[in-house]
Amino acid sequence: MLAYIGRRALLAVFTVWAISALAFAIIQLPPGDYVTSYIAQMASMGSVVSDEEAQNLRIQYGLGQPIYVQYLKWMELVVQGDFGFSMEWRRPVTEVIGDRLWLTVVVSVAALLLTWVLALPIGIYSAVRQYSVGDYVATFIGFIGLAVPNFLLALVILYLGFTLFNAHIGGLFTPELQDAPWSQAKVWDLFKHLPIPALILGLAGTAQQIRIMRANLLDELRKPYVVTARSKGLSEARVILKYPVRLALNPFASTIGYTLPYIVSGSIIVSIVLGLPTVGPLLLKALIAQDMFLAGTIVLLLGVMTVIGTLISDILLVWVDPRIRLEDT
Amino acid sequence: MATPEVAIGPSTVAAAEDQRIFVASQWQLMWWRFHKHRVAVASGIVVAGFYLVVLGADFLAYADPNASEAQRSLMPPQPVHWFDGGRFRPHVYAVKGARDPETFKRVYRADPTMKIPIRLFAQGFEYRFLGVIPMTRHLIGVDGGLDAEKTIFLLGTDVQGRDMWSRLMYGTRISLTIGLCGVTLSLFLGVVLGGFSGFYGGIADTVIQRVIEILRSIPTIPLWMGLAAALPRDWSILQIYFAITVIISLLGWTELARVVRGRFLALREEDFVVSARLVGCTQMRTIFVHMVPSFMSHIIAATTLALPAMIISETALSFLGLGLRPPAISWGVLLQQAQNVQTVAITPWLMIPAVPVIIVVMAFNFLGDGLRDAADPYGR
Repeated sequence: MLAYIGRRALLAVFTVWAISALAFAIIQLPPGDYVTSYIAQMASMGSVVSDEEAQNLRIQYGLGQPIYVQYLKWMELVVQGDFGFSMEWRRPVTEVIGDRLWLTVVVSVAALLLTWVLALPIGIYSAVRQYSVGDYVATFIGFIGLAVPNFLLALVILYLGFTLFNAHIGGLFTPELQDAPWSQAKVWDLFKHLPIPALILGLAGTAQQIRIMRANLLDELRKPYVVTARSKGLSEARVILKYPVRLALNPFASTIGYTLPYIVSGSIIVSIVLGLPTVGPLLLKALIAQDMFLAGTIVLLLGVMTVIGTLISDILLVWVDPRIRLEDT
Repeated sequence: MATPEVAIGPSTVAAAEDQRIFVASQWQLMWWRFHKHRVAVASGIVVAGFYLVVLGADFLAYADPNASEAQRSLMPPQPVHWFDGGRFRPHVYAVKGARDPETFKRVYRADPTMKIPIRLFAQGFEYRFLGVIPMTRHLIGVDGGLDAEKTIFLLGTDVQGRDMWSRLMYGTRISLTIGLCGVTLSLFLGVVLGGFSGFYGGIADTVIQRVIEILRSIPTIPLWMGLAAALPRDWSILQIYFAITVIISLLGWTELARVVRGRFLALREEDFVVSARLVGCTQMRTIFVHMVPSFMSHIIAATTLALPAMIISETALSFLGLGLRPPAISWGVLLQQAQNVQTVAITPWLMIPAVPVIIVVMAFNFLGDGLRDAADPYGR
């Protein structure tokens, strides 16, 4: 078991390293650097940046040095928890990101939890009442959930909310509380706003989990031990919940590794559509402005967050499934 | 293969039926199996229909997709009236635009007295059918196509007064081919790397599998956004098109590689592969003549299932303004105008390009499911 977790942890470290390199490479790819876009920005506002000034800016941000030196410099700071300076906002990156990262975590985890809360009972129902109306409805919604890209779903829901209820559904807070310091009222406000983004983000995952749960449970239900349990006179609920569901539950834990990156990914684009104060809209703006430290930090933090989530799910899986636990010992 | 003689008589009809299955080729078995899956067959037809649109986009469009005019900005879709005085004569009403004196918005009013008949195979802008044959006929159109009064906008117009229907046709062309190019590239990567991994095993396998695991645990959209934002602004449409394809497939090959590797692993120890090796087939021959045909069907199914993800990726990137950029037209580019809720609430027809995205993704999913089931004719 420890060997297994150790292996997963090692892979996680590699993944984080790969993500950091990728993140930094991406930021380096665009032709020109922050100073070029700064000059262009100033020019569009009518002022001219002298060559000398540009040179000073480049030195200040360490832009002239070889890329690997810039990368190492960046990593050195990152390890110390200093993510550099956002050139567009003229503030430290950590300050610019602020609560947004945690809100991204909150939204993603909420979506993940909602996926389970919905998929588990619906999946069980679909399997136990195979070919019932409810099963068909669940299957149909499942296919819709898989086929509609979540940003389009967000758009449609926004539109419906706007036209039918004349309400703006986006956001995670009511406008008055948006910039207020954290308080009980604000947390409650967040809680009230969470379901819609969580539902939009979680729908595809839910659809998938329902299908997996249904298929697995159907396989299990046909096995002799279920007949045995039933013939011993156990109640139907007990027969189903106690044995086959426990076995069919396994993929729930094992698919977090794939579901989480998907949800985090989706949260970026859905946040942009819904105007959620997560890192999504910030990343888009940073990329367009070539604000390299900010964009890099966001990609890095999102990646790390996902890797940690996946690692937790791996450990959970070992805990849930004795077969994996025994495999390595 | 020598089949034992079976006496054909009235009592052996069932045996003859069996016989038919015994001697059927793998592809025949697959076809029979696939045929039974009604939804998959229907989806296949839908997909084929969409690719026909790709081929004949300029024929199906009736207006130049880039012809803009401020005079008809954000015109709502014109409803088609099928009958005129009891006779089948499809027409639309002429629309007059004016500026609302209070809100300064353009408002359009249909004029029922002026009917514009819709003609089949009408004259329109010049194009080359299938890229070769110069033509001016379009599937539908109106007389005097360029007259500002006598126009038809089945799906309305966008902010710049361009016809949404025609743009949608051209968007279909780009969105669906970008998916096809992307999937071809990922297929190449997937087959080469997955095949290498599965056939040789050992260190190569371990490394490739770890790389796949790493790629799969990274949230893709931020990465795509980063890579797409890095594309130079001054690149031509074609360059951006291929760059986006490459970006999407660089992260999308992993699933295909998994399928290919799995098949190679399963087949490597099969009797016919071992005997092929024993009779002295070269490695290339073993792989391409004996192994690949037996899992070709699985690859086709996996490819079909990978296509919708490609289409969604392109749409998402273009929607954010990081993918294809105007003047290129794709579904994502068209949806860019629908980003703002306030705009969408007033001009809901700008959301129409979402419909083909959803239909095509669903059709590909069903088709892929059906193919996957059929790919294993002995399964179940």
